[in-house]
Formats: sequence, structure tokens, C-alpha cells
Amino acid sequence: MLEIRNLHVVVEGKEILRGIDLSIGPGEVHALMGPNGSGKSTLSNVLVGRPGYEVTQGEVRYRGRDLLEMKPEERAREGVFLAFQYPVEIPGVSNAYFLRASLNAMRKHRGEEEIDAVDFLGLIKEKMKLLDIDMSLLNRSLNEGFSGGEKKRNEILQMLLLDPMLAVLDETDSGLDIDALRIVANGVGTLRSERHAVLVITHYQRLLNYLVPDFTHVLIEGRIARSGDRALAQELEQRGYGWLEAEQAQGSA
Amino acid sequence: MTAGPAESAFLEHFAALEAGLPGHGLPWLEDLRREASASFRELGIPTTRLEDWRFTPLTTLAKTPFQPAQGAREISPAAIESHTRVIGSAPRVVFVNGAYVPALSSVGELPPGVCISSLASALAREPERIEPHLSRCADHKTRAFTALNTALASDGLFLELAPGAVLAEPLHVLFVQTGEDPPIAAHLRNLVVAGPGSRALLVEHYIGSAQGVYLTNAVTEIIAGRDSRLEHIKLQQESENAYHIAGLSARQEAGSQITSHSLSLGGRLMRFDIQIMLGGEHAHCTLNGLYLARSTQHVDHHTTIDHAMPHTTSRELYKGILDGSAKGVFHGRIHVRPDAQKTNAHQSNRNLLLSESAAINSKPQLEIYADDVRCTHGAAIGRLDEDALFYLRTRGIDLEAARSLLTFAFASDVTGLLPIEPLRESMESFVRDWLSGGQGTR
Repeated sequence: MLEIRNLHVVVEGKEILRGIDLSIGPGEVHALMGPNGSGKSTLSNVLVGRPGYEVTQGEVRYRGRDLLEMKPEERAREGVFLAFQYPVEIPGVSNAYFLRASLNAMRKHRGEEEIDAVDFLGLIKEKMKLLDIDMSLLNRSLNEGFSGGEKKRNEILQMLLLDPMLAVLDETDSGLDIDALRIVANGVGTLRSERHAVLVITHYQRLLNYLVPDFTHVLIEGRIARSGDRALAQELEQRGYGWLEAEQAQGSA
Repeated sequence: MTAGPAESAFLEHFAALEAGLPGHGLPWLEDLRREASASFRELGIPTTRLEDWRFTPLTTLAKTPFQPAQGAREISPAAIESHTRVIGSAPRVVFVNGAYVPALSSVGELPPGVCISSLASALAREPERIEPHLSRCADHKTRAFTALNTALASDGLFLELAPGAVLAEPLHVLFVQTGEDPPIAAHLRNLVVAGPGSRALLVEHYIGSAQGVYLTNAVTEIIAGRDSRLEHIKLQQESENAYHIAGLSARQEAGSQITSHSLSLGGRLMRFDIQIMLGGEHAHCTLNGLYLARSTQHVDHHTTIDHAMPHTTSRELYKGILDGSAKGVFHGRIHVRPDAQKTNAHQSNRNLLLSESAAINSKPQLEIYADDVRCTHGAAIGRLDEDALFYLRTRGIDLEAARSLLTFAFASDVTGLLPIEPLRESMESFVRDWLSGGQGTR
């Protein structure tokens, strides 16, 4: 589904990603771990096309297409979704209006009819219940004044609503208490199927207790230093990242 | 000063029309009109040398050979239906090219103590109800267009509310210009006298034919009696070639509240001056405004709130969206007199520039002569938030739609405050249409 080959990315004149190779197939859940500043968020931003991220080498193919050639909205419509680490607050745009506009953009792209307000309300309420989100969030301005946890849940709500092929979760677990973490993990779990793929970016392994990855990768200084299975995540939890950083430093010396 | 050609032309209108103007024969009014005419001769059409007009050149207005309005032209109710519908079946007073049109108006049965009529007919019938109030708030001595208006006013609304009278339904006052050739100048004068404890909601609405060149010069005076509550909505939807110069002057007595909503959506050049005198303790005013301009439109708002007495409060929120090569001016003056302790005033002006060549000149002016007051102000000029645009795009919303969604959200702070639901919906769809490049739903 997603093929990243030798990806190099420069942000504000500094090379952050220095040759990433990563392959994600349908039905798989991958965890991408790594210390702060290793390039995890850069990768997630490049995947959804944030301006200001310059790809200097390599390629990203998504379901056979050149992902980097596509506009952000095209990527979304083709099924790429990022749950942001820091969702933007947008005053004056109601959450409900936004969610429906987004869903309808997807439906239009698929040649389906727009969903009307009544059907939409039924659908969204069901998903909000699943994520234990207060219904009052629907009528508030998008993310404005939401608590950290509410913002994260609202991201997952969008993910469930839009039903993406490839979901990328950027530190969705940070700032969530243990109950919220379980709810979010269960929500993401519903996306686990033969069709979907998930890339979980996280600093800690605790989300992975609930959302067990098929593969774990460790990003150190813009390169994948090691890949493995779930056991690697547990090893990192015990040993930290220092030993991998030391290995990488030795390797490049 | 010596009157130039433009001034002379207007003065000739006065000489030619004087004997036929409403209230002719009333000595006090004749004196007032002559005095105002002399003021206009003295003041002349403002130039950019005057501080208040620095950013608003009137050279093309002054060069346009306006003719005096010659009375109403016949138009069908269907022609104004889209505008009357949004206010509903409420009392309605319609003026076409400066003249009252009874056939299009319908006042119906009014609650006790509410008097609605045209100013001209009130002057003919009961001038003693007008005399104590006319031109007491509006300043015809130092303001050229108010002087011109006072001299030449053809008609307008007269609303009188007896003590305690309540007009619950919105009163729709519609001014139509048909865009004649040669272009017409209409001088409209509205007077609202609200007795103690009275309430009313008033919609002052200006529309014009899409392409017509004309001048609307309107002055509205409001006398808000003790503890009265007035809501005033001004909708300016003039033709794209029209000049619109308007003033709202209000004097508020103790405990009174005025809420003003101004939506400036049309016109080639528009200027709106609001002057509120908070002349009694615990008087409060709220001023909300939205202006949209694009192409080469010019939109200028000057507001003055005079806190003359203690414990007076004011809230002001003006927002502007400018596109194309449009120019905007906002000047918000708050004056707190020495005695006006415990004044609480807040002013905010926010502007969104959608193009490189659009420009706004925003200037707050706080003059505070009392020491125990709370006055805050903020002005902002900006573009759409790139992070917000990107966020919306990652959810499948294309760039154009994302821009219009964010711009609409910016405007909805003001449109959302409109107290009449169908009107609010209509204005919101106007804004959406405007943002997508249309004319707005006229």
C-alpha cells in the first residue's frame, strides 16, 4: 500500500530525514518509534503534504501512485489520513459543519451522493458514542477550547468517519490518560482489517499495549535504525533508545 | 471657502427645490435648511486634506453631475420581494429615489404608542412632534454631508415611540434607487424618537439597481429615552457604481441601550459615520459591523462613542474582508469625558486581506480624560491562517473551499449576531455567494 524508498527531506535548510525505507502492506499495523527530534513528525507531515517540507531524494508510492505529486486534499480523498499531534483550532467553523464538509468531500470524490444533515447526525453520534465524546463538542468551533484529550479524540473521530485506507497517528497517545488511551486504541482497532493499514508514531510503547503492532521500526537521526516485531517495542521500553543511538553513531563513524 | 462646481451644483438644487421641500412654510425648518445650506457652502465637499477624509478621496463623486431626485419611479412589489421577504411580514416603509411610496409600504395595525410615518407627512401633519428633535443629534454645522442632507432632505422615516411602547416586530425601512440617467442624488433623513422604557427593532436597508450610478446621502438621528432599548440594523447593498454616504447620530439617556449592526456590502464608495453620545448614567451601546469590499470598492467607517456620563459602557466589533484592489478605512474613536468615571469601553477591529493589493487603514483613537475607567482596543490586519487551511485540506476539503470556509467563519462572528433569523440566513448566504465570486444574493 505504501512504499517509501530512500526518502530524504529537508526542513528549513536542515536535512531531517536521511534515507528512509519503509514498506506497509494492507492489513498491517506498524509502529514507528524514536527519540524526540529523530524525524517522526517530519515523516508524518511529508506523507500528508505539508508545505515547507522539501523532498530532496527518494520517492513515496501509495497504491501504485506517486504520493508526493498529489495535493493534500487529493491524498485525503484517496484514503491517506493523519491524526495530528497538535490539531489546529479553527474559530467560527463548527465541528459538525466541518465533519460533514469533510465527509462529503470524500463522498463526492467517490461519486457518491452527499450525506444530508439528518443521516449525518445519526452516523456521527454513533461514532462519538464509541469514542466516549461529549455530544456538545459537535456544536462548538472546531478544536477551539477543546482539552488536549478532546482534540485527540476528535482526530480519531474524523478517522472513523472518513474510513481511510492508510491512517497515520502522530503521537496520538501523548496527553491521554489511561482510560482515554484504551478508548482511542479500541477506536483505531476497528480500523484493523485486510483493507486498512495503520502507522502509529509514538514515543512510548504504552499505546502499543492496546494496539499491538505487526512491525516496529526505530527512527534515529533521520534513519530507520532497526526494524522488528512487537518485541522490539518492549525492548525499547526497557532499554531506552541510547543503545541504538550508540550503534548508529558507530555505524556512521 | 468659495464654492466649487460640485458645491455650486448642490446649492443650485437647493435654490431650485427649496419651495417644494417637505415642511416648507414652517419658519423653524426654513431657517434650519438655510443655515445648513450656508454651512455646506462654507464647508464644501470634504477633501483628503481633512484628517477625517484623509484616506477617502471624493474626486470622482465631486465630478459626477448629480441631478436632484424627481420623486418616485414606479416599481413593482416583485422587484423588492427578495429584500422584503427576509424581514417578514413586519411593518414596512419604502422609499424610491428619495420619495415615499405608499403602495409598496404597509404599516398595518400598530401597538399602542407606536407612530410610524414618512417624515414629510409627519411634518405636514404634526410638525410640533418633529421640531424639538430634528438636527439636534446630527451635526449640520461641521459635517458637510449632514449639512447638505439637512438642507435638501426629501423624506425618510419618522418613528415615534411613546413611553413604554413596544414595537416587537422589526420595522423594515427600505430605500431603493433605480439608477436613473443622469445620476440622481437622494438625501434621506430618518428620525427616531424613543420615549422612556420603549423598545423597537429597526432595519434601515439600502438597495439599488445593479449598475446604477447615484448618490445616497442619508442621515439617521436617534433619541433614546431613559431605559429604552433600540436595535438598529443598517444593510447597505447599493449598486456597484453607487456612492453611499451615511450618518447615524444617537443621543442616549440614562439606562438606555442601543445595539447597532452595520453590514456594508455594496457601493463603489461608501462612508458611514456613527456618533453615539452616551449622555446618561448606565447607558450602553453595542456597535457590530461587517464590511466586504473587492475590485476597486472603497469602504470607510468612522465611529465615535462619547462617554459623557459615569457608568456608561460600550462594545464595538467591526470586521472587514477586502479582496481585489479594494481599500478600507476604519477609524474608531472613544472619548471619555472627565466626569465619566467607571466608563467601560471595548473596541475591536479585525480585517482580513484576501489579495496583495487590498489595503486597510485601521486607526483606534482613545481620548480618556477620566481616571477610573476601563478602555481596551485591538486592531488586526491579517491573512488566512496557513495551518488552518492545511488542516482542512488534509481532510479532503480543496483549497478554494477551505479558503471560503475560513473567510466565512471570520464574517460569521458579526452576521451571527443579527437578531432576525431569516435575515441572518440571508446575509450568511450573501457572504458565501460573495466569497465564491458571485454578486451576493441580491
